[in-house]
Amino acid sequence: MSFKIDETSDILIEIRDLHFSRGERKIFDGVDIDIRRGCVTAIMGPSGTGKTTLLKLIGGQLQPDSGTIKVAGHDVHKLSRAKLYKLRQKMGMLFQSGALLTDLSVFDNVAYPLREHTKLKKSMIRDIVLTKLHAVGLRGARDLMPSELSGGMSRRVAMARSIVLDPMMIMYDEPFTGQDPISMGVLVQLIRLLNDALGMTSVVVSHDVKETAAISDEICVLSEGKIIEHGTPEQLKKSTSQWVQQFMYGMPDGPVPFQFPAVDYAQDLYGVHS
Amino acid sequence: MLSNTVQYLIHAFWHVLEHAFQRLGRSHIFLFHIILGIPSVLVRPLLLTKQIYMVGVLSLIIIIVSGMFVGGVLALQLYYELLKFGAENSLGVLNAISLVRELGPVVSGLLFSGRACSALAAEIGLMKATEQLSGMEMMAIDPIKRVIAPRFMAGIISMPILAITFSTLGIIGGHLIGVDLLGIDEGAFWSQMQDKVSFSSDVMNGVIKSIAFGFVATWIALYQGYDAVPTSEGVSRATTKTVVYASLAILALDFVLTALMYGEI
Repeated sequence: MSFKIDETSDILIEIRDLHFSRGERKIFDGVDIDIRRGCVTAIMGPSGTGKTTLLKLIGGQLQPDSGTIKVAGHDVHKLSRAKLYKLRQKMGMLFQSGALLTDLSVFDNVAYPLREHTKLKKSMIRDIVLTKLHAVGLRGARDLMPSELSGGMSRRVAMARSIVLDPMMIMYDEPFTGQDPISMGVLVQLIRLLNDALGMTSVVVSHDVKETAAISDEICVLSEGKIIEHGTPEQLKKSTSQWVQQFMYGMPDGPVPFQFPAVDYAQDLYGVHS
Repeated sequence: MLSNTVQYLIHAFWHVLEHAFQRLGRSHIFLFHIILGIPSVLVRPLLLTKQIYMVGVLSLIIIIVSGMFVGGVLALQLYYELLKFGAENSLGVLNAISLVRELGPVVSGLLFSGRACSALAAEIGLMKATEQLSGMEMMAIDPIKRVIAPRFMAGIISMPILAITFSTLGIIGGHLIGVDLLGIDEGAFWSQMQDKVSFSSDVMNGVIKSIAFGFVATWIALYQGYDAVPTSEGVSRATTKTVVYASLAILALDFVLTALMYGEI
């Protein structure tokens, strides 16, 4: 099966007029995004805006209602299953939970994609796995089981596993959630370092503004199914949009109200409903 | 008012029916994908061996103990009834036929649902909840081929072996009670059994039943786990549903198979 990856164009992921709904709820309402090759692009927005859903759409795990998502020139949702799997070998993904296989050791988890997709010798697989584990600082933890790892370590192992096939891009789903400051610092540094050292493209989905802004080349801010702002972190910090200001500086009230929509407070207290 | 209630009830009934048919349809598509994934299991025998250990070998203790007790109790019950007709020497044959035709496949099937199938549903459900299945898909590894199909094959292979083990231990239990405790003639016990129990129509029909039970129970377990809502409550519901549906399916299927094999319905 011939399957060519376009390695020349400047835009690696091209999303056009993306529409996606869950039941009655519209998640994306005409989203357009270009993700440039070799850059760290952050997709930001409050919880529930569909950031993780966007990654699953890019990875072909979900089908959009309409619109196209092209990765390296291929329309992800028009590929056959075999070709989609070929493309996925070039796409790494780091899940929020790490998604490590719990019955395999750290070493076997990282070696798993190599054993499934290549016919490399055992000694070669060992060397590659140890190199990747060394890159995330966990070469010494190779014999541990996932249940023996902390949250930060799990994500670093998952990171090693997602780069083991030397992908052209890697998608990070909320990599900093629930991490202590040291683990967070390590992950922040690793994302930028791996992107630059391996010449990859990174898509980081997060709502941790400070950490994400520190390593991103470009940020897209999602709200109510649309991209409301995009640009460099500096451009976003200077944005005149009240919404972007509220999000970037974590203000409790603003265009996104503190109060969930409800009937008038006084009426509610007296039990009088309009 | 009454017409509104009737309308509501019809609507609710229709909704439940529609949902049930959707799930039934999805479960058949799921089965079709599993069957397509079986050849990939055959080229990776280690995956299958590990699952046979998890599903079959780890179920042996409960099967052995239950088989002994069921065989012993059956012999005890039969002895006092047969004694009234002076036919206590037929205890061996009755005990063996009851076990190999019915009790072996059905009781071991029910125990298999409770021990192995519930574990399968919980394991797959948790793999889904912790994004392990999604993770495999994103690594371009088909979870149906690597996770589901080996467990399905393991269930089908293990179930008849467990049923045969159950029946064998039941006969030994019957021997312990009938011959060693109640004093039935040992020669009559074994010779009547040898004479009256047919390998092709009794033993093999029992084996066929247990293969069918293994197929259905494992399919239900894997589907419930794979289709579970990825939360702790969802996994818990999937596990419960597995045991209930698999047990009911085994009992219903047993009736149909018995009617086909021995009846003239």
